[in-house]
Amino acid sequence: MGMTIAEKIISRHAGREARAGELVVAEVDFIMGQDGTTPLAIQAFREMGGVKVSHPERVALVIDHSAPSPVEGTSNLHALMREFASSQGVRLYDVGWGVCHCLLPEQGHVAPGDLVVGADSHTTTYGAINAFSTGVGSTDLAAAMLTGKLWFKVPASMRLELRGKLQPGVYSKDVALFITGELTADGATYLALEYGGEVISDLSVEARFTISNMAVEVGAKAGLMEADAKVLDYVARRVKRPFEPAEPDPDAEYVEIREYDLSDLPPMVAVPHRVDHVKPVEEVEGTEIHQAVLGTCTNGRLEDLEVAAEILAGKSVHPGVRLIVAPASREVLLEGMRKGVIQALVEAGGALVTPGCGPCVGTHNGVPADGEVVISTANRNFKGRMGNANAFIYLASPATVAASALEGKITDPRKAMR
Amino acid sequence: MILKGRAHVFGDDINTDYIISGKYKFKTLDMKELALHLMEDIDPDFHKKVRPGDFIVAGRNFGCGSSREQAPLVIKAAGISAVLAASFARIFFRNAINKGLPVVECDTSAIRTGDELEVDLERGLVRNLTTGGQVEMKPLPGVMMDILKEGGLTEYLRKYGEFRL
Ligand code: SF4
Repeated sequence: MGMTIAEKIISRHAGREARAGELVVAEVDFIMGQDGTTPLAIQAFREMGGVKVSHPERVALVIDHSAPSPVEGTSNLHALMREFASSQGVRLYDVGWGVCHCLLPEQGHVAPGDLVVGADSHTTTYGAINAFSTGVGSTDLAAAMLTGKLWFKVPASMRLELRGKLQPGVYSKDVALFITGELTADGATYLALEYGGEVISDLSVEARFTISNMAVEVGAKAGLMEADAKVLDYVARRVKRPFEPAEPDPDAEYVEIREYDLSDLPPMVAVPHRVDHVKPVEEVEGTEIHQAVLGTCTNGRLEDLEVAAEILAGKSVHPGVRLIVAPASREVLLEGMRKGVIQALVEAGGALVTPGCGPCVGTHNGVPADGEVVISTANRNFKGRMGNANAFIYLASPATVAASALEGKITDPRKAMR
Repeated sequence: MILKGRAHVFGDDINTDYIISGKYKFKTLDMKELALHLMEDIDPDFHKKVRPGDFIVAGRNFGCGSSREQAPLVIKAAGISAVLAASFARIFFRNAINKGLPVVECDTSAIRTGDELEVDLERGLVRNLTTGGQVEMKPLPGVMMDILKEGGLTEYLRKYGEFRL
């Protein structure tokens, strides 16, 4: 019987054939922690009796969630991370480098066929470049740093075949939101998702990250895609070590294979307060907004900002709207400056913040007021997510967010693009 | 291990932002302080209602959302002895065990807030002392039971130095 991508990658790292449901101890290729999870991991590492990180070159710590620090408590936790990183010889991406999930692939730390753990739930992002990457907590992060390994239950897989051709104005975020609505918040709990079909192969690697990023919103442990020519080209420019992509066997076993034809998919919006409450944009068009957010690990990459800049260039955002622009990394910011994308967004009225998580998780950079409505390119709209439980968060593509920022109300981007 | 306490019932899809909001968790590692904000966005006075040993009881997909370990830690720090739910989100489930917080997957539909419960982790039974009802819990994978028995992954690794399957 053939194997899924998840079974192949975990088997190789466990040193034995392992099938869905089996428990294994496996060696990890890369380990990531961010500033919300690493301080507790450092504490746990020390309590475990840890002295040295087993493979410092396989670890990166990223200060992105509250960066630069807004309060002294956070500053002290950042200082703890800096001290740990320098004493352990571990790579630290300090304030301004960007969001962990944009940085890791961009800086060449993740390769196809890798087994990666990150102390952040959206670690599923790197599935787009064929890495089995999954989110863990701080204690697992500590254990992985200490031993270079972790225990895993091999997940069963669900295959999604995405057929057809996306309409103009419809993007990978709309696909991700559609899938979330279809599968619901716990529809893939404990499963690995495998995405295939023409919709995926037509997308750029950047756009694919958006879909794998949101795999965790349906409870999945990983969101895997195959390493096609686009992926190999993406990593060839970045990864400096040997790697081995993993393809699913034709007779691999899936708990379910679902096929969707997305040729007629409209732009989609997730409405408060659940990511799986997803509607076509026309059903919420006209909803007044107060803040629009472009950025995050879901949609803060160059292509995302470019799409928004095309809509906003030479125009001004609605006077009742604050547009916050958080490039996902320094590389995105620099490239965006070179291409005039940042210029266009700021001229249109955008408020540029430090590359990083931006206002996504309510620590800084744009906490909404009571009763306000936000439209964001992020991946979560839980009550209180952006720091105020009395605000309302809608999730959409960069195009929908940009079009809505112009109009002051939720707007179908296809109108702004005509 | 037999745990006894009162039930505090919540619904489906209780996410980690509800358990402990991101706006607090980045500021401190002091879980006692964070425990004052447990479930704040759905029940602002919740922390005052908890007596040591009580249970959080929920529906499906408890703990979905972020990987923040503050979620199980804050639940523990508030005095909750175990979480019972119809199902759990994967990362939360793993984190809870790693932090020595028992998580019990069982049919919670008949439990009401205020019910007195008795949870027998060894025998895998939940008894409702108020109604006389009883349900079985889904057994934990062996490695998780071992970690829980040591009081968490930190204690487990301090003892064994590596994973043993
Ligand atoms: S951008 Fe948002 S979702 Fe992504 S890692 Fe940062 S806080 Fe988490």
